Amino acid sequence: MNHRMVINMTGVIMRLEAVLMIPALIVSLIYKEGTWQYFLITMVCAFAIGQTLSLVSRPKDQRIYARDGFVIVALAWLVLSLVGAVPFFISGEIPSYVDAFFETVSGFTTTGSSILTNVTALTKGMLFWRSFTHWIGGMGIIVLIMAILPTSSGRSMHIMRAEVPGPIVGKLVPKVRDTAKILYLLYVGLTAVEVVFLVFGDMDLYEALVHSFGTAGTGGFGITPGSVGDYGAYSQWVITVFMLMFGVNFNLYYFIVLRRIRTIFKNEELRTYLAVVGISVSVIGFNVYKIYGAFSETLRHSAFQVASIVTTTGYATTDFNLWPQLSKTVLFILMFMGGCAGSTAGGLKVSRVMLLFKMVKNNVKKMLHPRSVTSVRLEGKPIDEATQREVSSYFAMYILIIAVIFAVISFEPAPFNFETNLSAVIACFNNIGPGFDLVGPASSFAAYSGFSKIVLSIAMLLGRLEIYPLLLALTPRTWMKKSS
Amino acid sequence: MNIVVVGCGKIGSMIVSSLVSEGHEVTVIDEKADVISDLTNIYDVMGVCGGGTDFEALEEAGAGDADVFVAVTDSDEVNMLSCNIAAKMGASRTIARVRKPEYNKEKNLAVMKSQLGLSMTINPELLAAHELFNILKLPSAVKLETFSNRNFEMAELILKADSGLCGMRLSDLKGRYKSNFLVCTVTRGEEVTIPTGNFELKNGDKIGIIATHLELQRTLREMGFLQKQAKNVMILGGSKIGFYLARMLTSGGNSVKIIEKQENVCEELSRTLPGAVITHGDGASQELLFEEGIRSVDAFLALTGLDEENILISIFASSQNVPKVISKVNRDEMSAMADRLGLDCTVSPKKIVSDIVVRYARALQNSYGSNVETLYKIADGKAEALEFNVTAESGVAGIPLKDLSLKKGILIAGIIHERRPFIPNGDDEICAGDRVIVVSEQKYLSDLSEILAK
Repeated sequence: MNHRMVINMTGVIMRLEAVLMIPALIVSLIYKEGTWQYFLITMVCAFAIGQTLSLVSRPKDQRIYARDGFVIVALAWLVLSLVGAVPFFISGEIPSYVDAFFETVSGFTTTGSSILTNVTALTKGMLFWRSFTHWIGGMGIIVLIMAILPTSSGRSMHIMRAEVPGPIVGKLVPKVRDTAKILYLLYVGLTAVEVVFLVFGDMDLYEALVHSFGTAGTGGFGITPGSVGDYGAYSQWVITVFMLMFGVNFNLYYFIVLRRIRTIFKNEELRTYLAVVGISVSVIGFNVYKIYGAFSETLRHSAFQVASIVTTTGYATTDFNLWPQLSKTVLFILMFMGGCAGSTAGGLKVSRVMLLFKMVKNNVKKMLHPRSVTSVRLEGKPIDEATQREVSSYFAMYILIIAVIFAVISFEPAPFNFETNLSAVIACFNNIGPGFDLVGPASSFAAYSGFSKIVLSIAMLLGRLEIYPLLLALTPRTWMKKSS
Repeated sequence: MNIVVVGCGKIGSMIVSSLVSEGHEVTVIDEKADVISDLTNIYDVMGVCGGGTDFEALEEAGAGDADVFVAVTDSDEVNMLSCNIAAKMGASRTIARVRKPEYNKEKNLAVMKSQLGLSMTINPELLAAHELFNILKLPSAVKLETFSNRNFEMAELILKADSGLCGMRLSDLKGRYKSNFLVCTVTRGEEVTIPTGNFELKNGDKIGIIATHLELQRTLREMGFLQKQAKNVMILGGSKIGFYLARMLTSGGNSVKIIEKQENVCEELSRTLPGAVITHGDGASQELLFEEGIRSVDAFLALTGLDEENILISIFASSQNVPKVISKVNRDEMSAMADRLGLDCTVSPKKIVSDIVVRYARALQNSYGSNVETLYKIADGKAEALEFNVTAESGVAGIPLKDLSLKKGILIAGIIHERRPFIPNGDDEICAGDRVIVVSEQKYLSDLSEILAK
């Protein structure tokens, strides 16, 4: 493995994070909060350490292979979270470092699970940084690095593939760098449009920015006790629409830019995604009609919650813990699916779920007609054996990891119960945010022990990076110089 | 520039690799999914899995917007059809690999080019044969390169211990030889330098000497490098390269002997090459080589399909004191190994082709922006010779060369002033409207003004 290159990239990431703290620093200064100094201290230290790391590890050989790519990405996210937690901790706004780490991981992985019991106690600068981590984590730090720094290695696709979610990662244009730039431009553009829409409603610029970061990254950190429920119907609808938009594959927005509108409508994944959303909204709507009475309110709440869960954002306008069993079950199932591949959403991804269903269907067909020759098709193209194997082994890993983490979390004593623990694991692993019962939208993860918080942080990272990068980085064999 | 390459075999991947290092936006199309996934992993390119004549695949790859469309699959027909479709879709330029000798007849080519919208056809074997033919004309050179319509020629030579040049400083060469020339590259080990006046030559250096077409022969004769042209040539392997080369050699009255393993190929060759001696046998057998008189030939060429066989047999031929031994080595890594084993002269058809495509792309780019006229890769691709048209704005016109402060590793190697080519010295100056040849260590020069140190 190319150790120097890995360390060098870690240094780059620390320096980049220092730069990314500038907006939060500015917000602190604007609101005349004393917290700006904590950002400044963190920035200076992170930059200095990053610079030293890069200097001592100037690589002779810039070549990186698949496994270096995985390790770079995994380390990048760990370092990012470790450093990102520092301002919360040294300012004393989150007194425990483990809590601060959990909160930051939750931010970068766009989960939105919080250990804060009273959000309003935090200063605006800190809350801004907390939401800004969503925005950075949504499209990915590595993609950002590729968009702004010149890459000398042609193999950089390895790194990008490790960070961008989905079973198949394609490029929009021949060069990785241009692809990354286009993705970020679309991302910035869409976020800006949402900010404008929100400012027209009952939010001021600060609130609009913070909520747009949360929507864009499909994160879901709110800044009021009732999350988005504390804002008017207009803002809720704007956020609903944008949550759904950020759950769509970004490549499709590029097709809009290219004016290839027909390609978008033909997209199988998008159609399935919208169909699932439509059906879920109707089912929940009928189910909760009695609670809200008015049609518009019912539609708004069910659409908002469905959009929030399916895109793994995790905002809430109402406490869905109080909903009837059927609605909760629908939401629970949606938690697994997540948004489209190539979006900022977490979960299994719609295309993976579609592939799994199609593979099952194919196998059943094969059992009925043993001599039949069949192929699995997605977006009109046959999917080769290797991709199918990858998807099924991914699914196996996915279930296995849920089981293991669930088992570990279950050591928590009462009042933690089955429903709470399972939904907490699912919510963290799929980067959603709130779960059910004790970790529902109206409560927080504060009561968990430090150990469980660390385990859940790992679950969030595993979910965001789609398992393999972190798993490989944690395997000792990856780090050995011997190839055995 | 936006370039689409169809077919990623040996030649295709070589072209992709050099185009990517030139900074072009490359999209590759191939029928094999694993080839595509390999290429997209190694190089920064976009891959499309599909046939070269599949409209959908071409559309997905953006063939319609391509500045250059290159089709280099195994099949000539697929290449031509693919280029034709791409041209109709709107690709600005198309290049097809066309190998079959019957398609390469002049009339055939003319019709195909105009009817199918082909901008250029390339025949790797014919190009390789041309290069070999050039080398055989001047056997003392490892390589012979011609610049700007044959106005200048550059010969690459290897200094042997007995050469009078060893131990000399370049600035002393001027006084010693009467002819006008410049040493523009020196390869020592793996490293290529563009030497300055006080550079000292050593035994084993590979030097590139540039001179006008008329003077190169005289220069080499003065230096004692000139050998007589290879008249008696033995070729191992009756491939297409061998065929083209033998045809060129025999039509010039040289005696050619081809050794080929397969009987039916031998029969075919004997029909198409009446002037050559065709022997059926295994060239790996040393007995056979002795019998066919390897000790008395002027040049021996190993052109079989296997790099390893070519290298090994060439080593044997060198040990039998054949004056000129050339081997065909297709894989890059192998050619570096062959160099280390003492085989200084190798040719690689795929490299020749990729150089041509890169040169074409550069020339096209220049018509859009910069003013490089043509680009030549020299010293194994580690340095470049570029031809510029001098404009008044370039900042070099009207100043004696010795007063120009050039960047390190840059040499003005030739000037064509009012159609008269000459090798400049420090007192000469460049005028607007001249053409100059610039030799550069660093790649990616795109404007003449970039040669000046800031």
